[in-house]
Amino acid sequence: MATSSSPSAPPGAWGRTAIALVPLLATLAGLGWGFLILRDLQVPQLVLVLLAIVWGVGGMVLLFTTANFFAEQLPGPWIARVQAWIFVGPAMLMLIWALALPAVRTVIISLYDSIGTKFIGLDNYLGVFTDANMLTVFRNNLLWMIFGTAFTVSLGLLVAVLSDRSRFETLAKGLIFMPMAISFVGAGVIWNFIYAVRPADGAQIGLLNAFWVALGGQPEAWTAFFQPWNNFFLIVIVIWLQTGYSMVLFSAAIKGISTEILEAARVDGANEVQVFFQIMIPMIMGTIITVTTTIVIFTLKIFDVVIVMTGGQYGTSVIATEFYRQYFTYNNDGYGSAIAVVLFIAVIPVMVYNLRQFAQPEAF
Amino acid sequence: MYADKPLNKFLSSLAVNGVLALICLLWTIPTIGLLVSSFRDRLDINSTGWWTIFPHQDWVKVAELRPEEGVDRNTPMTLGGVTHTFEEFRDGVQVGNQRYKWIGNRRIGYVQVQEYRWTANTDFTLENYRQVLAGGNYTATLKDGTTVTELGDDMSGSFLNSLAVAIPSTVIPIALAAFAAYGFAWMRFPGRKMLFILVVALLVVPLQVALVPILRDFVTLGINGTFLAVWLAHTGFGLPLATYLLYNYISELPRDIFESAFIDGASHFTIFAQLVLPLAVPALASFAIFQFLWVWNDYLVGLIFIGATPGSQLVTMRLAEIVGSRGQDWHLLTAGAFITMLLPLTVFFSLQRFFVRGLLAGSVKG
Repeated sequence: MATSSSPSAPPGAWGRTAIALVPLLATLAGLGWGFLILRDLQVPQLVLVLLAIVWGVGGMVLLFTTANFFAEQLPGPWIARVQAWIFVGPAMLMLIWALALPAVRTVIISLYDSIGTKFIGLDNYLGVFTDANMLTVFRNNLLWMIFGTAFTVSLGLLVAVLSDRSRFETLAKGLIFMPMAISFVGAGVIWNFIYAVRPADGAQIGLLNAFWVALGGQPEAWTAFFQPWNNFFLIVIVIWLQTGYSMVLFSAAIKGISTEILEAARVDGANEVQVFFQIMIPMIMGTIITVTTTIVIFTLKIFDVVIVMTGGQYGTSVIATEFYRQYFTYNNDGYGSAIAVVLFIAVIPVMVYNLRQFAQPEAF
Repeated sequence: MYADKPLNKFLSSLAVNGVLALICLLWTIPTIGLLVSSFRDRLDINSTGWWTIFPHQDWVKVAELRPEEGVDRNTPMTLGGVTHTFEEFRDGVQVGNQRYKWIGNRRIGYVQVQEYRWTANTDFTLENYRQVLAGGNYTATLKDGTTVTELGDDMSGSFLNSLAVAIPSTVIPIALAAFAAYGFAWMRFPGRKMLFILVVALLVVPLQVALVPILRDFVTLGINGTFLAVWLAHTGFGLPLATYLLYNYISELPRDIFESAFIDGASHFTIFAQLVLPLAVPALASFAIFQFLWVWNDYLVGLIFIGATPGSQLVTMRLAEIVGSRGQDWHLLTAGAFITMLLPLTVFFSLQRFFVRGLLAGSVKG
């Protein structure tokens, strides 16, 4: 983009620039001072919370405004050069600091021993892949990936197809989508209550055991001693949470199929099942792949549900909870980091695939 | 042949709506169970299922019979005109349409006369919510008149903390991402392409990888355990998606607007603040809802960067703590869980259409 300024700097322009730096520096100093005051302030919590919000949101707006004011006072050609970095710079700095560098640093930590002083090469990785406990962890992640993804995708597709032909579409989609607004911890409580178990001589307060006992079974601790099936009772929770997401995307894709094609097939004598498998499915393949990729990544990273429901005990531990346990409970920095790197490596194929998808303008 | 058509249509619509209704029911029941339970007395929650609030047939108490002082409870006893041993009463004795059932143990128990009839368990209370929200000690009055004094769970305090985390953690990444998206779309600078590829690649970095290094930085800087630390972490984790989605939107704004504004002498900052931001409101708002839900519902990031610092815990952490320490106190768990869900559910149902459409705006293009 061309700028309106002249290419050569008029005399005295740098002096003006120096003065324009004052508001920016004053904002920075003011924010730092504000932070120190807020940190030690003793006021009612509501006041503190409001002040913190004003400090954070207002501070950011002020920083951008004063930084741009400064950039616009620069001599001619410098405006465009500096301003681009004021726009892109903060986001990139945050990204590199919060995600790119940590990824690299975690790899480095994983090559050291538990307290991070001695370089031990790939020993941590050797430990990760030979530990019997870790093999259970990997098996669980595989279960999550396969069954979590399969059910979330197919149920989402089913609801999308059905609701497309129903008069109650909005209501149905709203209800299925609702769990998306619930936290994993909240969902954990909801499902713990469903799986609750009571001794056989009393009334069951958990819905599942109430049914099970009514059908003649013995009360069962579904998420604890029912191994290895307890993993599936945890996976159900994520299916419940995520089906809304896949449904919304499939619903949009199905509405994008032209009705003429579907009608033509029906006129040619195709029944609904054939229409679904031979026309709809191929036409929304792009969406199916997109949704599947997101859910695969999601299930690979699964953490909250497991930690809330079982804390990773009873053979339900997954990569992310095991990493948390090693690193934060046992202070086993190197080993914990190695587990995190394994998670990262597991996601790489999906990432490469995603990058290719982004390269195609019409993935849908 | 043709006469079948309306019938077929009716049957297939019945099948479609039937299956759909069944799935919707399955999807809603867990939440309804939680909501209903949170309003029930703690004695009720622990003795009967929440579904007993619906009319059902059950043994209902009509009278109490206590053995007289000095009666040997190891031999058959005569109560209300029937004579049976303790064991027989314990298993329940049928007399006409009534049942005599021993309640409690042999020494201090008594016989309850029950009738089998329609009943519904509809004693509702707000006591659970009061206790979960209260800070300090709380004295709860139970259904049977007894009082219990326990520590309140201070959910109201953590609700405020969650707001203090969620609002800036929503606004800051969106603002940074909007600036960056504008920069990538409408400014030329060296490294533009490389940096954008980096943004897309970082979309799939699991945030677990980043927790430890960031934690070390916060400890070095001395800001660990503050709101600022959580804001920065959430900003970093939310930025790739925010930048990517907003870039998609902002880069497709019509070029003419920008050209005429530049001819009029407007600067990038003016154009951004006065033209692009208002035009991008749909994309900004839908991502804001998404990010808000994500941050409000987050547990891991808060747990690591705020930790167990008393007084600055978030609702999800508070709830997880109740799960851990009082996992069988269902009256607190259900009320607590519903408090954490209140705000996101309100946001979701009031902005549902916007949210669903906005989520699509980003993903469909992806």
